[in-house]
Amino acid sequence: MSSLIELKDIVKLYIMGAEQLYALNGVSLGIDRNEYVAIMGPSGSGKSTLMNIIGCLDTPTSGEYLLNGRNVSEMEDDELADIRNKEIGFVFQTFNLLPRINALYNVELPLIYSGIPKSKRIEMAEQALVSVGLADRMLHKPNELSGGQRQRVAIARALVNNPSIILADEPTGNLDTKTGDEIMMLLSDLHEKGNTIILVTHEEDIANHADRIIKIRDGVIDEDCASVKSVKSSTGTSE
Amino acid sequence: MSRFSEIIESISFAYKSIVANKLRSLLATLGIVIGISAVTLMQTAIEGINRAFESSISSIGADLLYVQKFEWFGNEDWSVYRNRKDIDFRQFNFLKKNLQSAVGMSASIGSPQTLKYRDLMLQNVLVYGTDAEYQFVTGSNMESGRFFTTREATGGYPVCVIGMDIKEAFFPNSDPLEKNIKIANQTYRIIGVLEKQGSMLGLFSLDNQVLIPIERYIQYISGWNTSLSITVKAANVDKLEETKDEIISIMRKVRKVPYGERNDFGVNQQELFKSTYDQLTSLIKIIGTLITLMALIVGSIGIANIMFVSVKERTKEIGVRKALGAKRSSILMQFLIESSVVCLLGGFIGLLISFPVSLIIDALVLPTVMPIWVIVLALFISLLFGVLAGFFPALKASKLDPVDSLRYE
Ligand SMILES: Nc1ncnc2c1ncn2[C@@H]1O[C@H](COP(=O)(O)OP(=O)(O)O)[C@@H](O)[C@H]1O
Ligand SMILES: [Mg+2]
Repeated sequence: MSSLIELKDIVKLYIMGAEQLYALNGVSLGIDRNEYVAIMGPSGSGKSTLMNIIGCLDTPTSGEYLLNGRNVSEMEDDELADIRNKEIGFVFQTFNLLPRINALYNVELPLIYSGIPKSKRIEMAEQALVSVGLADRMLHKPNELSGGQRQRVAIARALVNNPSIILADEPTGNLDTKTGDEIMMLLSDLHEKGNTIILVTHEEDIANHADRIIKIRDGVIDEDCASVKSVKSSTGTSE
Repeated sequence: MSRFSEIIESISFAYKSIVANKLRSLLATLGIVIGISAVTLMQTAIEGINRAFESSISSIGADLLYVQKFEWFGNEDWSVYRNRKDIDFRQFNFLKKNLQSAVGMSASIGSPQTLKYRDLMLQNVLVYGTDAEYQFVTGSNMESGRFFTTREATGGYPVCVIGMDIKEAFFPNSDPLEKNIKIANQTYRIIGVLEKQGSMLGLFSLDNQVLIPIERYIQYISGWNTSLSITVKAANVDKLEETKDEIISIMRKVRKVPYGERNDFGVNQQELFKSTYDQLTSLIKIIGTLITLMALIVGSIGIANIMFVSVKERTKEIGVRKALGAKRSSILMQFLIESSVVCLLGGFIGLLISFPVSLIIDALVLPTVMPIWVIVLALFISLLFGVLAGFFPALKASKLDPVDSLRYE
């Protein structure tokens, strides 16, 4: 019954001088393959910290994290880098594209770190950009693209290595509502194509694009339930 | 194999960030530029001196001793030399009669004089009076004609043997033999032309000379120099010291140097010249290496500084790369490559500066070429200092925490 993600009693403690801050205080949860999960909570509740741990950017102070059955919490830096490269695709609020290189090259980056040869790399990057609807913008630099287009490039970059999980931290936070909706549609598409998506947001509307909502407050899980959308659709079918 | 893509990517990214910060990169490379210019020019100069020296040394002859009034490289006070007696024919003949270990001996005396041929004139030509043995002793070869005979030399005949510079100046398109030229307003018949000998350290030509019979010189030309120079050819190079000792004891006897006093003459040899030359080149090497090292150290501190700034500015980029799967070693390599590329660029600019300068030295000072190995060395040094200068900034970059660097604005 092994889930894709298995978190057991995860604690993240920050110590600043005399002050101790539990950003996460005993979080346990499981996420299966092809789930679409939203992590919700007010600002400062620990959402990003949780996402960074799931994304192997950060390691917990205590607790156990199994990803695909492998114990990530005991891994070395280089092994974590490898996991991030092959298993995780990040989508950030501020896009985080490298400014001096074009869209195609940005999407190639994860493939460079997996050592894929140039011609194969370009083919895969082009395919990813086409799948997010940017076939005609591949050679543009980030500053020549709109916010929505930049986020699409970031999504293409997250997708390109066929990761197990796509992690999106407030992906619409820097976009207007309409563009934000388009990005959410794109994420829903990806979910339908079989990707596992974990979305971090503090907005109810955005969270409702997911099937499952995990609410956290002060570093602990408050509520873990099906979203309005999925409740509606399941009640809809039962009627 | 997998690292190969990363290296290529790092080089192309380094290129992009240099282009994006042109002025800064250029300033950063200044020290490297100076260092590389210094090291290549120094080596080029030494190469030039070496070449000049080798061609000069062969014209001096390794088996020769020069008995002269003064030492070539004396370092005593002038008062020690002031009252020395000239070397005259009596001493020369005494030496010739008593010296056993030498195979040949020639006396000569010379001074700069003015030469005329028709309406052409040459000033400051070295005119030597010498004997018939000169040719054998110095191993001079004739381009054309012949050397003068003992009878011509001792009889003071008005004949002369000219160097190539004189032939080229007076007879560029004709045969100089049997022509008459004027030396210090006396007419001389040309009977031979010496082979081209080149120049001494590239500084003055050895072909700007005329040889006349020594008796003639003493009678008609009295330059400032009144002391004979005696050239002694030792049996071979190994016998040089033995011959030297013998010369010293004979000369002391004929010049009546009291027992316990120092020699009042010099027995000079190429060795002395060589050791002075070695001192000169090692001095150039020391100074050049110091300048180079200083410039390279200052330069690499500059580059390290710029790289630290670059790491700081690109903290976010480093975070993104780590999020996408860059390992510590990938980031380390990226910044090392970047600083190496910057330093190599400095090296190239340094070569672009020093190469034309070496051509100017070649044209104006002494004949030289920048050796290929110097260019290779220069680029290697740039690369080395690039890696050294980039190491700590790159290490810092590689150790950045991905979460912190992603949050960095
Ligand atoms: N590097 C850190 N050092 C100290 N405190 C931190 C650090 N990172 C996060 N925190 C704290 O942990 C808590 C959770 O932060 P975060 O996960 O970013 O919240 P969210 O994403 O839900 O807004 C906050 O109180 C934040 O100030
Ligand atoms: Mg956050």
